[in-house]
Amino acid sequence: MSQERVSLSKARQQWLGWQRILRIQRPGDLFFRGITLLFVLIVLGLVAGTAWILISNSLPTIRRFGFSFLTNKAFDPVHDVYGVLPAIFGTLMTSAFALIFAVPLGLGAAIFLVDFCPRPLRFVLAFLIDLLAAIPSVIYGLWGFLVLAPWLHNAGEPWLQQHLGFLPLFAGQPEGVGYLGAGIVLTMMILPLIISVSREVMLVTPIAQREALLALGATRWEVIRHAVLPFARVGILGGVILALGRALGETMAVTMIIGNQANEPSLSLFTPGYTLASVIANQFGEATPGLFLSAIIEAGLILFIITLITNILARWLIASLQRQAQGSRGGRP
Amino acid sequence: MSVPMPTSSSSSSTLQSGESRLHPFLATRSSLNLRRRLVNALVVLFTTLAALFAAGLLIYLLCYVLSQGLRYINLDFFTQLPTPNGEPGGGMGEAFQGSLILIALASLMGVPLGLFTGIYLAEFGRGPFAQGVRFLVDVLNGIPTIIFGLLAWVLIVIPMQSFSGLAGGFALGMIMIPIVTRTSEDVLRLVPRELREASLALGATEARTILQIVLPAARNGIITGVVLAMARVAGETAPLLMTAFGTTFWNTDVTQPMDALPLRIFQFTLSPYQQQVNQAYAGAFVLIVLILLASLAVRLAAGGFKQR
Repeated sequence: MSQERVSLSKARQQWLGWQRILRIQRPGDLFFRGITLLFVLIVLGLVAGTAWILISNSLPTIRRFGFSFLTNKAFDPVHDVYGVLPAIFGTLMTSAFALIFAVPLGLGAAIFLVDFCPRPLRFVLAFLIDLLAAIPSVIYGLWGFLVLAPWLHNAGEPWLQQHLGFLPLFAGQPEGVGYLGAGIVLTMMILPLIISVSREVMLVTPIAQREALLALGATRWEVIRHAVLPFARVGILGGVILALGRALGETMAVTMIIGNQANEPSLSLFTPGYTLASVIANQFGEATPGLFLSAIIEAGLILFIITLITNILARWLIASLQRQAQGSRGGRP
Repeated sequence: MSVPMPTSSSSSSTLQSGESRLHPFLATRSSLNLRRRLVNALVVLFTTLAALFAAGLLIYLLCYVLSQGLRYINLDFFTQLPTPNGEPGGGMGEAFQGSLILIALASLMGVPLGLFTGIYLAEFGRGPFAQGVRFLVDVLNGIPTIIFGLLAWVLIVIPMQSFSGLAGGFALGMIMIPIVTRTSEDVLRLVPRELREASLALGATEARTILQIVLPAARNGIITGVVLAMARVAGETAPLLMTAFGTTFWNTDVTQPMDALPLRIFQFTLSPYQQQVNQAYAGAFVLIVLILLASLAVRLAAGGFKQR
């Protein structure tokens, strides 16, 4: 048997492969397949086109500034000098803030939903979380601008300064708008996403592993710690990175509350700042052809590359967990 | 999961003490048991508090915006144009009109592209190429939507030298593609294999089987995906900033700037006039209710689909 397979020439193998791929006798079927493939190619073309448009249109600033575009502090149309350092700093700062608070909260809430929540409440909460993940960002922005920012200005930030003012994080003038507000709004926006992804991956833990630990006399926490979390770890990480991608690219809610000033990067959470997305949203209106236009598109290109990398990483992690889950399910009697 | 915990001391009494130390769950000393129970109780407490805090925060936000918005809803809000300079009265009629047109334009582009890509992936999609397409579609779903706004801006707005509904529809269409693709692929895969085999056995061609047997069987699920995608783009603001741009007049001309509900909410939120801020709350109310209804409809349809 194996000898026969070895003796098949490579060309013949390829021919058999093609026959298998084109195992269609009727021209109508071939036509239908062609149509669906055509649509797939259009979608691929659109994605490639997006990348191409962003790259080709940011060439003027790439040629002019090179890597200094990433380290320049000014985004100054008057002197035709452009840089996105404050925006990159603001993007990373607000996203990090959001992750620091949303990950423990979201993970805790997900564990509660999977393991401790009373059954009737579980469905209601799960539906609510999914709904909140679908609330448009402009709504979060509206609340952030009209409610959170005034509150931070009058009560929240002065209180923090009074009690924790010795930390560099809470130095400076309370302004309401700034990194703190943007971070809080982002935390609330990515919380539902982290909860729902972690919940889903924790639910795929093989029930046999849970039962085995329970049979050994483990407490519920020990079941989670030794069966659920090791199994779901990769998927949770994927979910967190997915949420990071969302936070990095969030535009409206952040634009409405971050203050939109190209300030020196500073540790103070009270500083108004910029993110890559809010630079685009704020500056496109005044853009004149040439370097200014190109600078905005390059900001978009940087955002595109950053989110592309985070998303590829997240999807890869989640897919690897799903393969693992399928393997273990197949192994069970 | 609600099985009562057996006390581990009874099961561990038969083991050697050396073994029990290796095994974290079979401690002999009751103080260790106490610690384990304490840790367990603390974790239950922390996760419960986390869930309550997260849910409470988000419910508060929802209720606040809804209760504020409800006060300013009236018939004029849906049928009238905004009044200039925050004078009393008026509405957001042109935003509803614009949103409908934009969603229709986006669907014209996003639904066929997404549906056929989904059909390809579900029916013919084997091998590394299909795997790559699937991966790319997932990644496309995570790209910030403002990037598609930039794309439409460069491709359509700048050459036409005018913000337009067309550009807005294009940007929203790009956002719809991955959502429609993934949901239609998923539901097409749920269609029982026997249905296809029965059709093929009766002599139907592959194309006919897909178009007349598989697609109708998956219809509910596909509609669900489309509704989901529409609900998603109905709330998108960022890609419309630099494409549809917004207007405060009635407009059905897709080559001209066009308003949309989230755009109007955004601009009125930042408005200095209290009247317009109130209308922003009312707009937010309508948007949340629309999305709530879409989610509920999707839930019900999905439930019905699984039962069949």
